[in-house]
Amino acid sequence: MKQILVISGKGGTGKTFLTGCFAVVLTNKVMVDCDVDAANLHLLLHPEIKQTYDFISGYIAQIDKEKCTRCGECLKSCKFSAISLDFKVDHLSCEGCTVCYHVCPENAVLLKDRFCGQYFISETKFGSLVHAKLGIAQENSGKLVTKLKEIAKEMAEAEKAEYIIIDGPPGTGCPVMASTTGVDLVIAVTEATLSGLHDLKRVLELAKQFKVPIKVVINKYDLNPEMTLKIKNQIKEIEIICTIPFSEEILNSVKAGIPFIEFSKSELARTIKTSIENII
Amino acid sequence: MIISVASGKGGTGKTTVAISLALSIENSQIIDCDVEEPNVHIFLNPEIKEEIEVKTTVPEVNKDKCNFCGYCSSICAYNALSVFKIDSSGDVLIFHQLCHGCEGCILLCPEKALKPVQRPIGLIKRGTAKGIEFIEGRLNIGEVLSPRVIESAKKYLKPEKLSIVDAPPGTSCPAVAAIKGSDFCILVTEPTPFGLHDLELAYEVTKVLGITCGVVINKSDQDSSIEDFCEANKISILMKIPFSKQIAEAYSKGISFVEGMPEFKERFRSLFEKIQRIIK
Repeated sequence: MKQILVISGKGGTGKTFLTGCFAVVLTNKVMVDCDVDAANLHLLLHPEIKQTYDFISGYIAQIDKEKCTRCGECLKSCKFSAISLDFKVDHLSCEGCTVCYHVCPENAVLLKDRFCGQYFISETKFGSLVHAKLGIAQENSGKLVTKLKEIAKEMAEAEKAEYIIIDGPPGTGCPVMASTTGVDLVIAVTEATLSGLHDLKRVLELAKQFKVPIKVVINKYDLNPEMTLKIKNQIKEIEIICTIPFSEEILNSVKAGIPFIEFSKSELARTIKTSIENII
Repeated sequence: MIISVASGKGGTGKTTVAISLALSIENSQIIDCDVEEPNVHIFLNPEIKEEIEVKTTVPEVNKDKCNFCGYCSSICAYNALSVFKIDSSGDVLIFHQLCHGCEGCILLCPEKALKPVQRPIGLIKRGTAKGIEFIEGRLNIGEVLSPRVIESAKKYLKPEKLSIVDAPPGTSCPAVAAIKGSDFCILVTEPTPFGLHDLELAYEVTKVLGITCGVVINKSDQDSSIEDFCEANKISILMKIPFSKQIAEAYSKGISFVEGMPEFKERFRSLFEKIQRIIK
């Protein structure tokens, strides 16, 4: 079983569009949307949710007003400025470190399980999908990503799937690192812009740290052919599997909520399909 | 006044809007809080006058004092410490990437065998560009504590200036850290199902934080789904930027929007006036 992750560094370069194409081309696979902050893959795959689970991770501190003597030990030891002067815990600042719980002489601090969101196991026309909705303004996105990948792996083993295809989050931080752990191939989608190149270099460095093979797709290459050339010259050691022109038709496929390769029978759709077939 | 520029979805044009606004208004500063992929510098070519390392606290063990009791490991909420006891000796493993710097282990070690040391996780760059004060946070590759770098960058906010915060995409801790404390939040979106879906999430974040927001529709076309959403939720639409290849090409070369199309400067000035009227 092979795990393929699609990332980009920069947002909006076409990760989900490309993952949607993989969903059509690969037959025997499990799909995962690891962009837990703002998942979009379901908008192309229209999953029927079969199982829903709450994602509980870490703690949130709560101060029992009855027991609290306002001694200030918790205030002094909280490194996240999460406790106000009137001894209320700000849920957005509390990182669940539990120090206040340990230092309180009155046992006035309660540790509540932190509800971080929900995750789903779904059926789609193209196979099983594991996806999630992180609670608004919640943390632990890296842990949620890890959870989704664990479930996908179990499902892939049970279904004897050959592939797990993962739609990754933007950036290079916590959720991206959790997504990259343990995959067999990373596909980085960039666009032909200076920002795209800058962000691509950062994800290439990340893949290097993880010692994961990486290949590149250049999207909207014709918006700036010189930049496309510059990108190719700057990443000579990396295989570029496909360059995709700016296409109204791709935009229309997203608006229609249909993976591009299914939406269109154009030459461009055939080219993308062949590029995907060539790397698997 | 602090105006943050956010969006659930990547690639909608946050950086474009943030820079355009900063260039159109006198006495402004821009803080690039997309620390995983900072792009503002590409368009402004700032002259960097100062670089400051962002550090986080991690514990360091003094093996002469440590009796390998394992208490630190048992209270660490992040599993960042492992203690092995072998006869009268042992070892303490500290996983830096998992540590949140709460210093609980240091505070609570019965033997006082742990001390705080500083570890670099990112960089703040300060300088000037085109009459704007420039501040950038940059997370080191392989690090996860984006919010810590964002908070460090925001220490350079100057209340007497117009401060524009370019936020990272998403709705979890990094986006919250960037948006928190703003007087107003501009949500940049595009008229696609992805854009609308992620706008709904980003709008929820501003509601949780109690920050007034308005929407800029980038790559605007005939599609009215964003307008319908804004109308239903009584959110002001501050500006529409039409899709144009000319804008996309200028962007790809790293030319800022209002410099490529100076006629938009006036429109960004009136956007700012609109915001002032809304928050009065």
